[in-house]
This record gives sequence, structure tokens and C-alpha cells, in this order.
Amino acid sequence: MATRIVMSKLSPTMEEGRILQWLKKEGDPVESGEVVLEVETDKANMEVEAMGSGVLKRILVPEDATVPTGTLLGVVAAEDEDISAILAEAEAVAKGSSVGRTDAKPGTVAPSEAIPGAAAAPHPATPLEPAAAPPAHDGGRIKASPLARRMAEERGIELRLVRGTGPAGRIIKRDIEAAATTGAPAFGEVGTELGPEPPYERVELSQLRKAIARNLVQSLGPVPHFFLTAEIDMGRVLELRAELNKSLEDTGLKIGVNEILLKTAAQALLEHPDINVAFAGDHIRRFTRVDIGIAVAIDDGLITPVLRDVAAKGLRQISVESRELIARAREKKLAPEEYQGATFTISNLGMYDIDEFTAVINPPAATILAVGATQEKPVVVNGTIEIRSRMRVTLSCDHRAVDGAMGAEFLATLKRMLENPLRLVL
Amino acid sequence: MAVITYREALNQALREEMRRDPDVFLVGEEVGAYQGAYKISQGLLEEFGEWRVRDVPIAELGFTGLGVGAAMVGLRPVIEFMTWSFALLAIDGIVNAAAKMRYMSGGQFKIPITFRGPSGAANQLAATHSQALDAWYAHVPGLKVVAPATARDAKGLLKTAIRDDDPVVFLEGELLYATKDDVPEDESFLIPLGASDIKRSGNDVTIVAHSRPLHTALKAAEILQEQHGISAEVIDPRTLRPMDIDTILESVGKTNRCVIVEEGWPVCGIGAQIVDDIQREAFDELDAPILRVTGADTPQPYAHNLEQIALPQVDYIITAARRVCYQE
Repeated sequence: MATRIVMSKLSPTMEEGRILQWLKKEGDPVESGEVVLEVETDKANMEVEAMGSGVLKRILVPEDATVPTGTLLGVVAAEDEDISAILAEAEAVAKGSSVGRTDAKPGTVAPSEAIPGAAAAPHPATPLEPAAAPPAHDGGRIKASPLARRMAEERGIELRLVRGTGPAGRIIKRDIEAAATTGAPAFGEVGTELGPEPPYERVELSQLRKAIARNLVQSLGPVPHFFLTAEIDMGRVLELRAELNKSLEDTGLKIGVNEILLKTAAQALLEHPDINVAFAGDHIRRFTRVDIGIAVAIDDGLITPVLRDVAAKGLRQISVESRELIARAREKKLAPEEYQGATFTISNLGMYDIDEFTAVINPPAATILAVGATQEKPVVVNGTIEIRSRMRVTLSCDHRAVDGAMGAEFLATLKRMLENPLRLVL
Repeated sequence: MAVITYREALNQALREEMRRDPDVFLVGEEVGAYQGAYKISQGLLEEFGEWRVRDVPIAELGFTGLGVGAAMVGLRPVIEFMTWSFALLAIDGIVNAAAKMRYMSGGQFKIPITFRGPSGAANQLAATHSQALDAWYAHVPGLKVVAPATARDAKGLLKTAIRDDDPVVFLEGELLYATKDDVPEDESFLIPLGASDIKRSGNDVTIVAHSRPLHTALKAAEILQEQHGISAEVIDPRTLRPMDIDTILESVGKTNRCVIVEEGWPVCGIGAQIVDDIQREAFDELDAPILRVTGADTPQPYAHNLEQIALPQVDYIITAARRVCYQE
């Protein structure tokens, strides 16, 4: 049975991909699951596996070419199998769409700028149904087989973001399987095991919450943001860091403000679970684990590696793991499950000497914390002016899920913890 | 085990049951002196005599009534129709008398009767002699309906049908009589009613077929595997009422796709009932609409070429299977 190698949608925002390298030549034997080529997406370089066994009968897109997601790249089939029908379909698709175009807008879409629905932008026609295959969700209603719906639910895959290859764009079993193996967008999964999707409990929407969600969407794009800023005295954090690093001198380990921030935020989120949430249409997902995304600037954009279950980790482990993630993020070597599914995000521009800023929420999470530089400032303390180390942080909240007071209480806790950081060592 | 024909298997089943139970007797047109229109009763007159192998006039309703009356007083009649198309003349006896007597008598009478004979199209027997009325009988509460596709199933199921205390409609494939199969010679060999049989295992699509179309489906499954890389699981329900839907559901749970084949007409057919069961019980397992391959929705044509295209063909099944696998 011939199987297609397709430019799959490897991230929520991916609309096209570039072939980096074919690892097989035409005629080479290929096993199902074997890596046949590498592609560059908007986020990372990825390996693409064959979905069936046979020989690589045909390579349709050469190295270095950039093609839209859904484009047929090659065909794996039995040596003597007739694949002319598949090739004819691909040709028909190519004529009807912009396969091979290279004039796409340059640069990348950073996760914190992504908006829900962006990934549902028009797709090229599917290879199977060249004439009439709009995305299954073109008209609002998602066409999916009952099985595909069940599988998506079980695997926590958002159907809205899956491209259907059945008749009229129907999402069928193979599309969900492809989405699952290529790490397509997921909304989170019930369960307690560590994995790319954080576990959560379902919170039904009250009528009031529904009305808030409905109304606020009208105002500021699909995710109605609001922003809360607080100034935090970092003096004791800096002291703590200095002491910690002194005691760690012989180990080669270093603890930075970033790691202390990660730990503190995780602790504060444990106290305020209503901040560690995602708005999911008809309900709110209150995640039962704290997975924090760390915004990392890279050459041509921004990526957000996710440190899992931060609340359960000590400073030492947070330091080792976050540094390793950030290093690999800079090398563009993250797998999708390593940069998807944060329940909270921290974006720190302190090293650029930014006083304060507002960050755009990285869906599906409902909050992001923007951290400015720690600066020495005159501060009034008990009626006298003292020079203190101060840091301004701004929490962006998705107003569909989080209200002002909730966000303010979280920030107050964060501030209290950072100003009394010794408890973190416990 | 011995390789014998479907015809011989039925003959063995009758002979064994008549030897085992003196209450079992056979009634029908030409079943005695002529040895059966299709030679199913070969040698039975000689062995059991004319009281137990009874030739009757061409009066289907009459000898059906005779059988129901005999069953009411404790005998175990086997009524042979020369073809099930002729049984249309006896349908009042089957549906109104046999099927309802137990219910209407408040359980005072059981009706251990077996109605049997050839069913379905043969070769150019034309519109009135080429019908697969399986769905008619399967529709009726009080009847059990059996339609074996192989010699082995024919023997095991006929023996069980004769021993059953309720009326059983036993549909034999007219074009299956000469087909051969390994059949156990053991007299205790029985196949329970209401048990589907997986005739071929597969993973990609479930094909449900009974009686003669089972063989068409098996041929299609072979080609699907060889030429299209589709692994088809072929299930023979064998008993149409009560039907073992669980085996089908389990298979659909594995393959997520289903094609149902039958020789009868499409409207209110056996497949329509199976589709209903699947969509209700296994909705979340389905990756594609269920497709049916049936006899054409017309009287059976006489012309050979038209007759062929009006019956389920290997190609039709292949097309349907590829479609539910999204290959077409």
C-alpha cells in the first residue's frame, strides 16, 4: 500500500516548511517509522518519518525548497507498485494551489504572538481531494469522523488545528495519528504523568464567566488581555543568590535570578491555581501541574521552552534543567513537546535594561509574566529615602479566564515571596 | 473430517438427526421418490420409510400447516421448500402460525420446526425464482433465521436448527450446493445459532457477508490485500436472527470501517439493520460511513449479463472497501 510523505503541520503556527535534507534516495528501501528527511519549520528542525514500508519511490520536492503544509513530498510504495494516481493527484493540487512558492513572509511567528485561530489559516488543498477540500473547519463546524473526534479528545488534540484529508476535508483517523506523531497542537491532557500536555481539571463556566468571555473577545483580539504591574524589592533575593552561589562555589553550579523567579512563580501559582489555567471555549482548564515556559530570544525570533512541574523541583534542578533547555532552544534543537503546553510563561527582558513591558499571552495559557531589569532606585522606606534594588513585573492576563483581582492577588503573593525569599530554600 | 459438498453436508445433518430422534421427519415436494429436487434427501426414503420422508403435493401453505400442527403435538418436522421463492405461498403459515403460536398460546405450545430450502439467485432462473428474502424472515419476531455459506456451517447449523424448540428458517444457497469444505463426521458436531464466524482476519476494514456473497467477499478480500494493501476482516454472521452483532462490533472497533454485503434488495435489508446496530453501539469507533453492497433494487433480470451486474460482485466490494479506507 503506497503511503505519502507530506509536509505535516509540525507546530501550531507552521504554514510552510523547507526541506533541509533527504536522508534517502529514490529507490532506497524504507521501513515504516524510519526517518526519511529533515525539514525546517518556523520553530525547529524536525525529522520526518515514513508512515509505511517499501522503497522511496519518488521524491517530489527537492532539498532547499519551501512548500506549504500538506504538500506531498514523496511516496513510499512497493517496488513494483503503480503510484501514477497519487502523482496525478499531487500534480492537480500543485496546479490549483501555490505549491513551491517561496515568497512567504519572512521571519517567524513567535509563540507569544500567536493567536488562536492563526493556525487555522487557509491550508493548501489536500492531496487526496484536489478539487473540493477546504479545511474541515472552514465554515465554523469541524467535520471529523466519530472516531477522529474520540481520538482527539483522548489525546488532547484540538480538532480545530488538525488538517482533514478525508472527503471535503473530513478529519479522519490518519489525520489524528499524524497530528499525534508530529506533535501537533494539543490542548492538554487529563492525567498526572509528566508529558508535553500538563494535566488539568475541568472547571465549568458560570454564566457570568461566559458573558465575560463573550464580551471581552469583542474588544482586543481573540485573547482579551489586561495588564497588572507591580514593583518588587529584590534586595533579599540578590543577597540570597550571592549566599547560595558562595556556598555552591566548589560545585560549579550557579543560581541566577531567573531560576529564583521560576521557583517563586511556581510556588505562587500553587497558592493561586486560578492563574494556572487556560480558557478552552466551554470550560476552563485549571492545570494541576505548573509548567512554565521561558521565553528565549533566538537569532530570528523567539521560542519558549517549557520547564515541567516546576513546583516539584528544587532550585538546583531548576537551574540545571532550564539552562540546558535554553541552550538547546538557542541551537534550535527543541522537539515540539519541549516548547508547547506551558501553563504559565515568564519573559525576562531585564538583561536589555528594559524598565518594564507588557508581554503578549502565549495561548493556550491564560497568563504571562513580563520581567524588567532590576535597578537601584530611591525608595521611601519608613519616611526616609533609601537606595533599593527594584524590579518591575507585569502580568498579562486572559480576561476570559482571569479577573483583575485574581491577578492582583497572585502578584501580591509573588511580591511577598520575593521579598522574603528564604522560604524558597525549604 | 472429510471434504464433502454442501449438499452432502445437509444430507448428513438430516440423516444424523433422523437417526438420533424418531420424532424428526421430512416433508416436501419430491423429497422422497425423486430423492429431492436438489438431492438433499438422497437415500433418506430408503433408510427411514415413507412415514418419515413424505412427498406432498404442490401446496406450500398446506404442508406448512401440516408441519406446524405436527410440531404443536410434539413432533420435530423439517419442511423443505423447493425454493424459498415458492415459500411465498406459505408465508401465512410461517409468519402467522409458526412464529406466533408459542406467544399466542402463552407458552403452551412450542414449535420445533425447521423450514429449509434453496434461496437466492442461481443461473438465469429469472425474477420469480431468484430472490433472497432473508430480510423478510429476519423481520419477524418468533422466527430464527440461518443462512450458512459453507458445507461445515450447513451441517453444524442444520443439526442445531432441527434440535431447536423454535421455528427456524434455514436458507440454503442454491449455488452453494456443489461447493466443498472440510466437514466433521462426528455426530455430535453442532454450531450454535447466533454465533458469527470470522472467516478471514484483517485490520483495515470489516466486511460482513453471509451465504453466497461471503465467497464473493473473501475473493474481494484477497484482491484488496494483494493489489491495494488493504487488510480486510471478513465476518459471516451465519445466523441472521438472532444475530451475533458483538463479533461485528468488536471487529469494527479494530478496523474502524465496515462494508456489508448481501444478495437481497437494499431497502430495509439485513445490512440496514447491521448499520443501525453499529452506528448506535460503535459510533465513536467509525472513521468512515458504513457502505453496503447489495443486490440491485430491481426484479432479478433474466439476461445473463444483467443478472450478473445486479448481484454483488467482487469489484463492487473492492470499490466500497477502498472508499471506506479513503483510497478512492
